[in-house]
Amino acid sequence: MQFPESWLRALVNPPLSTDELCHLLTMAGLEVEERRAAAADFSNVVVARVLSVEKHPDADKLKLCKVDAGAHGQLQIVCGAPNVAPDMRVPCALVGAKLPGIEIRKAKVRGIESFGMLCSQRELGLSDDHGGLMALPDDAPIGADIREYLNLDDTLITLKLTPNRADCQSLIGIAREVAALTGAPLTLPAIDPVAKTIDDTRGIVLDAPEACPRYCGRIVRGVNAKAPTPDWMKQRIERCGIRSISALVDVTNYVMLELGQPLHAFDDAQLAGAIHVRMPKAGEQLLLLNEQTVTPTADTALIADEQKPLALAGIMGGEHSGINDATTDLFLESAFFTPTAIAGKARALGFSSDASHRYERGVDFELQRRAIERATQLIVDICGGPSTRVGPVTEAVSPEHLPKRAPVRLRSARTVKVLGIPLSADQIGKLLAGLGTKVERQGDDFIVTPPSHRFDMEIEEDLIEEIARLHGYDNIPAPPPTAQSAMLPLPEARRGPMAVRHLLAERGYFEVVTFSFVEAAWEADFAGNANPVTLANPIASQMGVMRTTLLGGLVAVLAANRKRQTERVRIFEIGRIFRRDGAGQPVAGFDQPLRIGGLWAGPVVPEQWGVPTRHVDFFDIKGDLEALFAGQALAFEQLAHPALHPGRAAKVSLGGTPIGFVGELHPQWVQKYELGSPPVVFEIDLAAWLAQPMPVYREVSRFPAVTRDLAMTVAKEQPFAPLLSAFRSVAPDIVQEIRLFDVYQGKGLPDGQKSVAFRIVMQDTERTLEDQDVEAVVAKLIGVAVEQFGGALRS
Amino acid sequence: MDNLEQLVAQATADFGAATEPAKLEEAKARYLGKDGSLTVLLKGLGKLPPEEKKRAGAAINIAKQAVESALAARRDALKQSQLEAQLASESLDITLPGRGQSRGALHPVTRSLERIEQLFRSIGFEVADGPEIEGDWHNFTALNTPEKHPARSMHDTFYLLDAQGRVQEDVLLRTHTSPVQIRYMQAHVERYKHLDTMPEIRIIAPGRVYRVDSDATHSPMFHQVEGLWVGEHVSFADLKGVVADFLRRFFESDDLKVRFRPSFFPFTEPSAEIDVAFMSGALEGRWLEIAGCGMVHPNVLRFGGIDPEKYTGFAFGMGPDRLTMLRYGINDLRLFFEGDLRFLSQFQ
Repeated sequence: MQFPESWLRALVNPPLSTDELCHLLTMAGLEVEERRAAAADFSNVVVARVLSVEKHPDADKLKLCKVDAGAHGQLQIVCGAPNVAPDMRVPCALVGAKLPGIEIRKAKVRGIESFGMLCSQRELGLSDDHGGLMALPDDAPIGADIREYLNLDDTLITLKLTPNRADCQSLIGIAREVAALTGAPLTLPAIDPVAKTIDDTRGIVLDAPEACPRYCGRIVRGVNAKAPTPDWMKQRIERCGIRSISALVDVTNYVMLELGQPLHAFDDAQLAGAIHVRMPKAGEQLLLLNEQTVTPTADTALIADEQKPLALAGIMGGEHSGINDATTDLFLESAFFTPTAIAGKARALGFSSDASHRYERGVDFELQRRAIERATQLIVDICGGPSTRVGPVTEAVSPEHLPKRAPVRLRSARTVKVLGIPLSADQIGKLLAGLGTKVERQGDDFIVTPPSHRFDMEIEEDLIEEIARLHGYDNIPAPPPTAQSAMLPLPEARRGPMAVRHLLAERGYFEVVTFSFVEAAWEADFAGNANPVTLANPIASQMGVMRTTLLGGLVAVLAANRKRQTERVRIFEIGRIFRRDGAGQPVAGFDQPLRIGGLWAGPVVPEQWGVPTRHVDFFDIKGDLEALFAGQALAFEQLAHPALHPGRAAKVSLGGTPIGFVGELHPQWVQKYELGSPPVVFEIDLAAWLAQPMPVYREVSRFPAVTRDLAMTVAKEQPFAPLLSAFRSVAPDIVQEIRLFDVYQGKGLPDGQKSVAFRIVMQDTERTLEDQDVEAVVAKLIGVAVEQFGGALRS
Repeated sequence: MDNLEQLVAQATADFGAATEPAKLEEAKARYLGKDGSLTVLLKGLGKLPPEEKKRAGAAINIAKQAVESALAARRDALKQSQLEAQLASESLDITLPGRGQSRGALHPVTRSLERIEQLFRSIGFEVADGPEIEGDWHNFTALNTPEKHPARSMHDTFYLLDAQGRVQEDVLLRTHTSPVQIRYMQAHVERYKHLDTMPEIRIIAPGRVYRVDSDATHSPMFHQVEGLWVGEHVSFADLKGVVADFLRRFFESDDLKVRFRPSFFPFTEPSAEIDVAFMSGALEGRWLEIAGCGMVHPNVLRFGGIDPEKYTGFAFGMGPDRLTMLRYGINDLRLFFEGDLRFLSQFQ
């Protein structure tokens, strides 16, 4: 809601500066979103009358003018404006005037002396209009300061109103609020009913009383639709950001701005019979004032006559029944439409209107008659003449459908409890008095009947909020709170997600955050998912589906960094993935676990002196995963995964439960996404990491350890893990550790064979081991390798 | 005897002239070797009469000891200079950079979230979490949002298609972290239903939220932190105290100005917008909107299973993205979601 400060001050004028007034409004919940001067800063510009206009002797486009600037004398001024003409009254910047960006000096223009400048609107910073001089009315007082004459020392204030404060969508509403906050007196415009001079009426039938419980209408005949809008009115509505159109339209807008009641004027000659407020018939269409033809939905109320629809109730008038310059007879509408009947309708049609904006938030349902009288008064004043005739106001009302204003009980004790400030009942009573509504005191309680202009006072909390607001949020202290101070639980078997972030960061990974909605192609490529959860209304098609893997985002970040010539990329993300799952919880139908995804591409270590460059491979990132789960045994199995190289991919399990995957990105995606060297990636369930086993103590031996190395040859294809687990399953307790320390294939070995070398550490907690103990273990392990894996001791 | 003294002096000089061990051993041989002059003198003792033999023997032995100690001293000196030479040859250019892995970093917004969690944990707030595909009941209805509220429209909220490609009206991408309030209240009430008075609820709920909005200052996905404190004696003054304290700690600025301005949200009443103004820096003196908050609306408490007569509570929702931008002077929200390592590596 934009309005000029001067209009507000005409209604209520507290002794506050503009700054203070704006602060007051903001701190009362009517946030001043913007304020700016009505005109640019300038000085020494006066009203002047053009006396004569001659051609400049040396310039085709320039004219030599003589103007009368009143007390400032007659001045010779060179002017280039196309519309300058004798007798015209225009703003004249005198020598010494400071205009936006220019200072006026006595000057010679093509050899002719010029003592000032005649101004366009743009030169005064009033608008962008630079088509010619700003023409002033013929009664503009010659010599008068233009700032005073045009009331330019005004401020345009824009409020960002919250949806509950529909009552402040008008000057009266804002003024009422300012009066309540400051105690300054409110001067309301006098609205005297306009006596009827004819008996002409139209019947009004409320066929849809739940949408329209009150409708006032009135016929006014013999108006001059071409009458000019008076300057004061034009200035006020323009300073509210509404364009002046014609006197009749301007009056309806003026009353809406002043009182908050949207009005509509029909051309009475276009109407047939009684007015109906009804729901649309199937297929009914209407051409609106904005030249849009709409087929209203079944729940959109219409204004209609006996033959046709006329307007979308409370939203916009129809083109054919609207007024124009030729209109002489009007039918004025001032109605109350219920908020729920209007809410969302204009938006659904793709526009918004000042009327629907007000109705959907709530218009005072007792305002209609006053508003129609106010409008009639202004129309008669401005567009009236000897032949003007005014009919009586017809009001149709369905009392049971009007909003109710049930009394609300406000308890002082509750107010104190909720706000945390020691307000007395007397103080609360005083604050309530500012609301200007019926308040009855019962002991320390108050029974408040909300006024018809407030749609936000239905429960006790609504009133507590009013008390807080009127008392001033600033006046509520902000002490450190007191609280029950039981310690928070700190389960040792659970880590927080921040801990894994730090671990990964320590290992060189940067955390990224990518969108949860991705391109459908990413889902197909990286998850083999042809049927992802799809958004009904994505921002863009490349953000159309919910991801089931973090890989897409990670790969995209890699590609983007590659484009910026960053070769080494090591990133991770923690985020949800989204799968359809009938058994999903807590939202039925969806499984949305948090995952940790990692990607590593480029050299293993940052390029540095003295270290040969080696590109990252499967085992580097596998090592990271193992480090994340230090102290727990991850199991890795061959995996076929659409995102991964078929020979370099593994399913990762913990305690027999699959928790994710690790591998090298499939070469076809490396190529498609232009990644250069192939990245290695992993993705695992965050939940699997968060659970952490409690440490289990084992006695530390005081006896010496014995170490034996054991090199076995086995078939090249023989995976390592089964061999190790077979060793572990037969190793007696004295075996502390079986560690792989070398894998070799090539020269010196038979074709198709590889050598795997283990270091076996043995130790007893009770005694020093004898050679025979050690040899027995080694023999046992060799036996397993030979019998179960066809291995041989490497000679 | 002069001869002996001369001999010692000569030996010491010879040893001193030897600049490497081999030369020193040669010099040693001249005095102490098989045919060395001291060895010869000792051998010659046998020819002397016994008295003189004793006297001369003692003198020669003294000289021998002197020569030996001169030799040992020279050996040590040579060894020392050899070691020094070796160490000198081993010296490194210690200004060369160290080797090894590099460190990564948390995302700047996560970094803020961690600080936020720690600050609130210090006054007893736990971290809670909730789903991002959320039911419209939790996201809107239980938060007292009217049926026709514009936020529910597809202009503002992302909805999903069902398996048949129809718009599924009862699920959406959560538009705020507030549904976590409802889920947590319900679980808390269930957990403590055996008690007359349940323990207080004190949680914050950070997470991703989604709105149909995308321009230089809006991202369709962004972060929010919800806060909720429900108990028997929780007031609006407490809300002001907690949030103002938090903001001053977060920005580490005791003179940060914080103001609470009346506002409107369906799920709180009274409601407030929280503005802050810094007393220095590029944004000095400007009020910046930073969070929304208020007393939990009685309808919301009821939806959470809590009696609003007995318990009151406050809730707030703030944007850690914006807090992070203000904290570090970041001027473009989109940087958070682009994964540019030149940006991310500034937060190590």
